[in-house]
Amino acid sequence: MSKQKISGSDALILSLLEEGVTTIFGYPGGQIIPVFDRLYDYKDKLHHVLVRHEQGATHSAQGYARVSGKVGVALFTSGPAATNAITGLADAMMDSTPIVVITGQVPSHMLGTDAFQETDVMGITLPITKWAYQIRRPEEIAGAVARAFYIARTGRPGPVVLDLTKDAQVGLTEFEYKKCDYIRSYVPVPKIERQDIINAAELINTAKKPLMLVGQGVVLSNAEKEIIAVAEKAGIPMAVTLLGLSAIPSGHPLYKGMLGMHGNIGPNIKTNQCDVLIAVGMRFDDRVTGDLKSYATQAKIIHFDIDASEFNKNVKADVTVLGDAKQTLAALFDEIKENSYKEWVDSFAPCEQAESEKVIMPEISPKSGLLKMGEVVRKVSEASGNKAVLVTDVGQNQMFGARYFKFTQTRSVVTSGGLGTMGFGLPAAIGAKFAAPDRTVCLFCGDGGLQMTIQELGTILETGVGVKIILLNNNYLGMVRQWQQLFFHERYSETVMVNPDFVMLASAYGIKSRRVEMREDLDDAIAEMLSDDAPFLLDVCVEEAGLVFPMVPAGGCVSDIMLNPSEKY
Amino acid sequence: MDKKLYTVTAYSENQVGLLNQIATIFTRRRLNIESLSVSASAIEGVHKFTITTYSDEETVSKLVKQIEKKVDVLRSFYYLDDEIIYQEVALYKVPTKKLMEDNRIEEIVRSHSARILEVNNDFTVIEKSGHSDETQRLFEELSKIEVRQFVRSGRVAITKSTVEHVSIFLQQQEDRRLGMRD
Repeated sequence: MSKQKISGSDALILSLLEEGVTTIFGYPGGQIIPVFDRLYDYKDKLHHVLVRHEQGATHSAQGYARVSGKVGVALFTSGPAATNAITGLADAMMDSTPIVVITGQVPSHMLGTDAFQETDVMGITLPITKWAYQIRRPEEIAGAVARAFYIARTGRPGPVVLDLTKDAQVGLTEFEYKKCDYIRSYVPVPKIERQDIINAAELINTAKKPLMLVGQGVVLSNAEKEIIAVAEKAGIPMAVTLLGLSAIPSGHPLYKGMLGMHGNIGPNIKTNQCDVLIAVGMRFDDRVTGDLKSYATQAKIIHFDIDASEFNKNVKADVTVLGDAKQTLAALFDEIKENSYKEWVDSFAPCEQAESEKVIMPEISPKSGLLKMGEVVRKVSEASGNKAVLVTDVGQNQMFGARYFKFTQTRSVVTSGGLGTMGFGLPAAIGAKFAAPDRTVCLFCGDGGLQMTIQELGTILETGVGVKIILLNNNYLGMVRQWQQLFFHERYSETVMVNPDFVMLASAYGIKSRRVEMREDLDDAIAEMLSDDAPFLLDVCVEEAGLVFPMVPAGGCVSDIMLNPSEKY
Repeated sequence: MDKKLYTVTAYSENQVGLLNQIATIFTRRRLNIESLSVSASAIEGVHKFTITTYSDEETVSKLVKQIEKKVDVLRSFYYLDDEIIYQEVALYKVPTKKLMEDNRIEEIVRSHSARILEVNNDFTVIEKSGHSDETQRLFEELSKIEVRQFVRSGRVAITKSTVEHVSIFLQQQEDRRLGMRD
């Protein structure tokens, strides 16, 4: 007796359920209506969040994935919907975020005919995804979905696109689901080479001034405990990349702060003073390294990564250790000696002292003048008990958020690192809150970035998702303004913004909001915002000329650090 | 940096769009593809890309790692000419009348180890396989007569190595698969 047949749309939904999907972000449209029709009957099992723009759906899926560690899912139609997803796909690719994006497609017999809302989704998305596949027959659906989830979440995670033709959605198929755990051409977790571990341990055991760089790879492989164990056993100070933030609790004695252009002075200076640099799950982005010719040239470099193509891509390593960080770090732990480098660790103190005096204190506890972005971030962080999820947009809000927010648990940062996508913040925060409904999710954004995806306020209105939006409003594209001030002779070309009344706008969307102009109102406003789990928009009028410091100018030497426009460290 | 002609090979599953994926990796690094050939390999279901490009070793090594990173690619390698046996095929379409008027045809075919594939009243098609410089030399010689059409295939190459890395990779993967099933 042959099995009962179901439609491709049912097969898709059942496949998603088999993968443990509970929430999807989407938007219906012509070539995906059959799936949405079937979705109607699965409302109790599959929560669909109706976004206001497909870019929002992909960023929400990203935010969801980053906080939950699960695969984020987005679903929408063909043509313009698919092209609207491109930014999110590219962003997820750069930041190794596991998402599966399902796009409708015109019926397979119309492919290539410039049919209504047809676009070459495969051609467009292949270069910016980990994998993309066009499903043309209903019987392919289960296998393709299984493969998509396996590829998205394993190895170095990334975005996957499934382009589903309309005839595949309506055609009938037998359905049997089998999770994918093997692809012949794909090695998600390379086997550890014992010798690599021994070589790495040897360098670490003989180091005098080791420094460990912690990237998002540590979070992605759930290796936070392992890396802290290694650092504690060998007494090695740690610094994090932007996406590595929150992997190490901010208060850990060996935690020395963030690397990069607007990172802390210590980690940047010490990069060029250490004798062994141990990079784990990070890719030596140019915002971390500055000028490669002067980057850590004195140090032996050990690079741990799961992606072989990262080795020697930007920085030449003396020892490379290929593998999953959780496994490689555990293996390393057994080979390294107990050690401590008191003098070396203490040598970070003068850097911290100088940064505190020259940069941090003036930023977070100014006595007078207009509100500063840094003080707002720090106050919100503390008011949340340093337990909130930090979501940022891109620009000064992002750097102030990264610098002044504090973390007590991992997976607490959602930010667009590699692609630097303005407009990422609001939809990503929505996704993050759906992933962690019990946590406070604080979005810091600027007036520029917020307006790039501001339509997602509609998603908040509809779902009531309790995102706390802290708008650092300076009526400027602040980061570009900063560069114009410092490097373009104060010619503020097209960076002044004429803005709407954001409080009125929030109220139009039924979102509670409050504007803060005076320092003395800030604490009370933050307390009001955090008093319940409802969405809130805090419009904070901050100084126009705020500048993020310290700063390693683009392409400059990582230890050549500006403390302010006229002073170097 | 010192640019040399590298032969890049990639072994992949037979998936739609793979050529695109591999080509874009060259495009991103602004590497020009000098020649390209795609065909079945000795292993059932596995396709082989053979691509030549002028580059330096650092760039080509990064390129190969990024090709190998593609989910549907099994392995990718790069070689200099002395590490491989390689060959190309060229076809030349020459007017028969002019060829007949020139009495060197036998000498040309013989000295270049070429073959005649087709002769009719209008044109003759000559075939030659060899390295680019060899097929080029025949082109130059025939040009003195007249060449109406000339085409040279992409390079095909086989390694001089005694180790078959793709077979080893497939065996390792098979072992891994069986290991998981246990």
